[in-house]
Amino acid sequence: MTRYVVAEVAEFPDKGIRRIEVAGRELCLIRLGDEFFALMDVCPHGGAKLSAGRLSGTVESEGPGDYRPCRTSEMLKCPWHGWEYDVRTGQSWSDPKSTRTRAYSAEAIAGGELAKGPYVADTVPVEVDGNYVVVNLPVSAAR
Amino acid sequence: MSGHLFRIDADFHLPQVAISDLLPYLNEHWRQQLIEREITSSPFRLTSYPPNSPLTLNPAYEGLDVSGALDRFGTGIAIASMLHGVVALHNPDMRAALMSAVNDHVAKAWLDNEPRLRGSIYVSGDDPAASVAEIERLAGDKRFVQVLMLAMQEIHHGNRHYWPIYEACQKHGLALAIHAGGLYRVPPSVSGWPSYQFEDYVMQSMVFENILTGLAGEGVFQKFPDLKVVFLESGFAWLPTTIWRNDKTWRGVRQEVPWLDRKPSEILAGRVFVTLQPCDPPGPDELRQTIKHIGGTDMLLYSSDYPHRQFTGDDPLPEGLSEDALVGILAGNALRAYPRLADDPVVRRAGETLEAPA
Repeated sequence: MTRYVVAEVAEFPDKGIRRIEVAGRELCLIRLGDEFFALMDVCPHGGAKLSAGRLSGTVESEGPGDYRPCRTSEMLKCPWHGWEYDVRTGQSWSDPKSTRTRAYSAEAIAGGELAKGPYVADTVPVEVDGNYVVVNLPVSAAR
Repeated sequence: MSGHLFRIDADFHLPQVAISDLLPYLNEHWRQQLIEREITSSPFRLTSYPPNSPLTLNPAYEGLDVSGALDRFGTGIAIASMLHGVVALHNPDMRAALMSAVNDHVAKAWLDNEPRLRGSIYVSGDDPAASVAEIERLAGDKRFVQVLMLAMQEIHHGNRHYWPIYEACQKHGLALAIHAGGLYRVPPSVSGWPSYQFEDYVMQSMVFENILTGLAGEGVFQKFPDLKVVFLESGFAWLPTTIWRNDKTWRGVRQEVPWLDRKPSEILAGRVFVTLQPCDPPGPDELRQTIKHIGGTDMLLYSSDYPHRQFTGDDPLPEGLSEDALVGILAGNALRAYPRLADDPVVRRAGETLEAPA
């Protein structure tokens, strides 16, 4: 893995979304409070730039007329078709329950009675190193 | 092969009773009203099928009465409906009284005399309270297997306005049947009134597309998990695009209707059934393609649409259906659509020629 500095923490607003080019790759970098997340900046469904999307929560329901917002700001909605991607995992949540896996931690699926989809956006490990946001890319990604 | 299988005809029409023949089923007030106001001479007909029109009378049934028509295609059970024009009355009390009279007439004049007929509790969408009362009044008669409404209403079928009716259907194991047609005060098109009957007739199937989407979107199938819905004379070649549009749109706007916890196509499976006649794919190849697109024949119910002229030849079954699918289409699917048929004595006697309900 090669570490790349991609942003300064102080200049990156909370709930901000940025398109970052690093090592020949385009990333969608997201800040939620003190956490940073990165996805490859392409929707695996139709190819849109996810960085042009919006952060959103999602909603659970016990039945018609019942709305329980959850996962506030943790879903990135694709600008083209509105598909939701979990910023923590890249998992699409716009498809049937039958495709749900048990791969998530309890924390990651808090409020998680929802359906996960077949599409997963590629995620990239991100860390904060002092004043900088750092992503870790495989060596082969450097072009 | 199909000639030996038990047949449940999901769409079989009884001739509309004259208002004067409903008098024995009415109380003194309504008898007096109908007689003094000469309402007994009013035909109160829904006009898509005038009785003597060539479209109304299928030559396959020429010279046959109802029992002869059942014999004609070896029908084991026919789910009968009398689409009476009294449903269009504005006076809610007169309408309720006359609809009750129609239902009582069906029981006495038809169900009592022809053991192969099953009935529909015919209700008005305008007055859910009266409709629920009518369902409660008749639910003890197990020969009634569905509640019957017309497709074109002033309020969309998915709307919570109707939910008391749906709750009563679920409670009593009655399917909710929605038949083509309307009150003639609601346009058949969501874009306004057409000028010609030609347009009106073609538009009937489009209404069902709206109904299907509304029932799904407004959460009727989640709210009433045991409710079964049957579309009568809806056609079905429109299903592939409508279901696909439901699924596709849901993926992007799921948060607005979070009670849809699965693709709409999965929610509808096993809950919505459609009758075969009129068969709107133009030929066997197109029929096979339609079936492929909707993922099988589980939602198809055999129907003759007696006495209307929807098919030609010797069998209401269209060409293009596989032999394997016939047991389900002719009877097995109907057992899933109509919960009450599982305990029906005629069905029980039919025994092993039937596919077991899932």
